[in-house]
Amino acid sequence: MYQHAGVIPGLVHMAGDQSRRQHRKGRPVAGRRATGRTEEPRTQEVAVKPPPFAYAAPATLDEAVGLLAEHAEAEPRVLAGGQSLIPLMNFRLAKPGYLVDLRNIAGLSGIRREGDTLVIGAMTRMSELERSPEVAVAAPLLAEAIGWIAHTPVRNRGTIGGSLAHADPAAELPAVALAADAELAAAGPAGSRRIRATEFFTGPFSTALAPGEILTEIRLPVWPGGHAFVEFARTHGNFAVVGVAALIELDGGRVRRAALALTGVAPTPIRATAAEQVLTGAAADAATAGRAADAAVAGQSPAGDLHASAQMRLDLARAYLRRGIAVAVSRARNER
Amino acid sequence: MAPTTCTISLTVNGRPHVAEVEPRRLLVDFLREDLGLPGTHIGCEHGVCGTCTVLLNGASIRSCITLAVQADGADISTVEGLARGGELHPLQDEFSAKQALQCGYCTPGMLMRACEILAENPDPTPEQVRSAIASNLCRCTGYQFITEAVISAAARMRATDVTEEVAS
Repeated sequence: MYQHAGVIPGLVHMAGDQSRRQHRKGRPVAGRRATGRTEEPRTQEVAVKPPPFAYAAPATLDEAVGLLAEHAEAEPRVLAGGQSLIPLMNFRLAKPGYLVDLRNIAGLSGIRREGDTLVIGAMTRMSELERSPEVAVAAPLLAEAIGWIAHTPVRNRGTIGGSLAHADPAAELPAVALAADAELAAAGPAGSRRIRATEFFTGPFSTALAPGEILTEIRLPVWPGGHAFVEFARTHGNFAVVGVAALIELDGGRVRRAALALTGVAPTPIRATAAEQVLTGAAADAATAGRAADAAVAGQSPAGDLHASAQMRLDLARAYLRRGIAVAVSRARNER
Repeated sequence: MAPTTCTISLTVNGRPHVAEVEPRRLLVDFLREDLGLPGTHIGCEHGVCGTCTVLLNGASIRSCITLAVQADGADISTVEGLARGGELHPLQDEFSAKQALQCGYCTPGMLMRACEILAENPDPTPEQVRSAIASNLCRCTGYQFITEAVISAAARMRATDVTEEVAS
């Protein structure tokens, strides 16, 4: 984890020096921390953080799907960029017995336009998306959201598919996929299928992907209006406490169509459909944005944690919704 | 089960290596322990602090959250590859001259990140440098001097045209 999610029980404690010492000595042993035993020889100590696993980097998607099925008992995981999975393995919060690395599979990376859809390979690195002229034109919301994700060295490795399949509730890209009505293509033993983003995120770190399935492609409809991704984080690059993805299409001074997604107020990112209904057909002004923001958080009861109380999350969500809507409206005005 | 070790071949600071590694071997441990290149430091071990930053095919990465097997076939640059023929790289020289380090723990990561920053933009503003090095933590709070060192090194490198060497 490149930042503390807070939603993973124990992660913050795991980051302490004591647990790190345990990682270096191999498998954690119950009671070692309490007794402080130090009889292991330190001179030949081998630095090893993740637990052992078997590994394959197949050349085709079919092989990858086959390996996942073949090694199902080892609780295999798919390795994309590894920027979320490897930190979890370093902390031994994830202990897959088998990793299927997608890096050698041709065709899983790339950006192309198919009519009114931007099609992005799951292994496309975030930094490539950030710099892509095609993304800037067809999905500027995605490019803006990526600017909030950690920092360049993480974005140089992290992939769009990895982030979506990891489904961290604080992450930016799930909110983008939700707001943009993305379709996610997956390959599995029974063939390939498409899953709507609105049906993809089923819980914290949980998706509609079956255990043997691999996310292969993200399909984003091109949005004709204005966009905004705004978030509140303790420092830039940390996980957001609250994040807002906003897409607004105008018809004169009124909102023709709105799509809003929100992180930080529920166990998964959510579409703010009540707020979208308030916006649709209404005057594109601050009063409407305020009513929409109120509607978006009505009925939400986020869990408070060490990052923010429940009330603070709701207040932040309202404030950042108003801000996100205003920015998207302003951009929609300037672009049309 | 797949074999317990994998054979990887990669180039580190221009030198080719072929090695047998466990799949769980982190790139930073491979560099430090297997290749004997301890210049790359280990800090947070979960991708936050940036002291383990190295370049993979010219792009900065966190070597503590990258497996050595993921670097198979790659071209890796570490801080050990910066000096040439006993002469410090302009970035190292300016870090020294401007006292852009106190304890030095963040320095290898800062230097490699600075290489990438200047390869992408040989003439950055102080604001751009500050924003870009936000990826790397310095707990002696030396950011001001680090920014000044990167700016001075950039000027020297533009004058002597060593940009290409940094990117490789």
